Amino acid sequence: MGKRVVFKNKILPYLLVAPQIIITLVFFIWPASQALYQSVLQEDPFGLSSKFVGLDNFVALFADDIYLNSLYVTVIFSFAVAVISMSVSLLLAVMADRAIRSATTYKALIIWPYAVAPVVAAVLWYFLFNPTVGMVSFFLHSVGYEWDHSLNGFQAMLLVIIASAWREISYNFLFFLAGLQAIPKSFIEAAAIDGASPAKRFWTIAFPLLSPTAFFLIVMNIVYAFFDTFGVIHAITEGGPNGATNIMVYKVYSDGFLGLDLGGSAAQSVILMVVVISLTVIQFRYIERKIHY
Amino acid sequence: MVEHRPWLTFLTHAVLIMGCIIIAFPIYIAFVASSHTLDKITSTFPLLPGKQLLENYSRALMVGSKDVGATAGSMMLNSLIMALGITFGKIFISLLAAFAIIYFKFRLRMFFFWLIFITLMLPVEVRILPTYEVASDLKLLDSYSGLIFPLIASATATFLFRQFFMTIPDELCEAHRIDGGGPIRFFFDILLPMSRTSIAALFVILFIYGWNQYLWPLLITSDERFYTLLIGIKQMLAVGEGQAEWNIIMASAILAMIPPVLVVIFMQKQFVKGMTETEK
Repeated sequence: MGKRVVFKNKILPYLLVAPQIIITLVFFIWPASQALYQSVLQEDPFGLSSKFVGLDNFVALFADDIYLNSLYVTVIFSFAVAVISMSVSLLLAVMADRAIRSATTYKALIIWPYAVAPVVAAVLWYFLFNPTVGMVSFFLHSVGYEWDHSLNGFQAMLLVIIASAWREISYNFLFFLAGLQAIPKSFIEAAAIDGASPAKRFWTIAFPLLSPTAFFLIVMNIVYAFFDTFGVIHAITEGGPNGATNIMVYKVYSDGFLGLDLGGSAAQSVILMVVVISLTVIQFRYIERKIHY
Repeated sequence: MVEHRPWLTFLTHAVLIMGCIIIAFPIYIAFVASSHTLDKITSTFPLLPGKQLLENYSRALMVGSKDVGATAGSMMLNSLIMALGITFGKIFISLLAAFAIIYFKFRLRMFFFWLIFITLMLPVEVRILPTYEVASDLKLLDSYSGLIFPLIASATATFLFRQFFMTIPDELCEAHRIDGGGPIRFFFDILLPMSRTSIAALFVILFIYGWNQYLWPLLITSDERFYTLLIGIKQMLAVGEGQAEWNIIMASAILAMIPPVLVVIFMQKQFVKGMTETEK
């Protein structure tokens, strides 16, 4: 790392990194260490006194049914978002890869929802499924299915999954299409000459060669579902009904910011940090491998 | 294609067109809703755009929803200030940091590099309360600096520039030094012009990232004057038992989509480059 040819200056490099380092220390390292510190303290809601309680906050969390429910909800939610958005986008990418001449047009039509904020995506789907004015809920009513996600936990979960997965389709599509277009055409042609059908060619050639892309996307989708979907939950369900969509990030916010449970919220933040760090490590180890391919 | 299979070609296009329709459907409905009166939306479900388009948008932009004390116009301006502040701030400090790390040898270099790297692992979502406390101690609540500064440290941008600087041949730097040039001239005359395409790609990604920020503005703005458009839309929804003004909400949602979507459409090449090179 670094260049063979470098400039010699004692002060300038420090001045150049200073803005980045100051911001990092003030807004990243310091708050993160505060979270670590607060997670072993118990503080009264007015912040007047606090005492050291060791790992009690963590023990309390894992004994708390509400937190365990939140953990469970988060896993179901992120798994469903990843599976739905990845399978839809893989199907679309395979099709776009076949439609050679019009591939760029379809690509332009599919990738732009990435620019739509999660919270805006949530508002759009909320409008469609709104029990009083929504078009889809009215249609469901007319075929005999009552939709009210403010009462029914399963429906609430389904709605936040749809809203979150919808936006993520474009991201996955872009990477799957790039992966498919990178597969040498000679592989496909050789298999075709040997008489392999399109379906067989996909499952025996394209699908295995896409696995690094798919693995990368699984990690990215889980990161997205864990952290970026806060706006979706906040706009549509606020964690409800009865905790059915109370994902971990939303719970950190509602416990700490609305419930003023500093120690508990900090302990949850620390657990989330562990999640991000492991996901980042997994992703980087994968990237290492990609270089050696 | 490898062989001619008409039914498969038909299926291909059918699936793709279905996909595009499903993707566009919620946005189309939002657009339709934004062009009708509230009565029309709540009584029937119009499938075609109505005549209230201009009235709804001008009301959203100039007057605002009755549930929020700010107009979509002023909130859009706040979103724009935040998005551009984050974008240019991130690009600026990352360029400088990457330049220092690649083109200088100094003590603490690796330490700084790892410090920047760690920020990848600490998104706002995992340090909500303590970051809020820092911002409040620094008197950054309800201010543009508060919206921008806590979000502008970026490991991804620094890595991208580092990666790019590594590919620049050493001869350029040698030649520059033989000509008697110093580091600052080198940065402005050679490095910056050469980084144009990387900067453009990052601009697209970071603008979308900045415009779409939600959690952080939600925490630190309580004064309507500093609401971003996304916060405002959520406030319009939160009417409790009352009737939400769906036509105005949908008009605001469309307005909230326009800037980032335009950036993606008009800078599509840079967008794809930015997506695949920064990997988020």
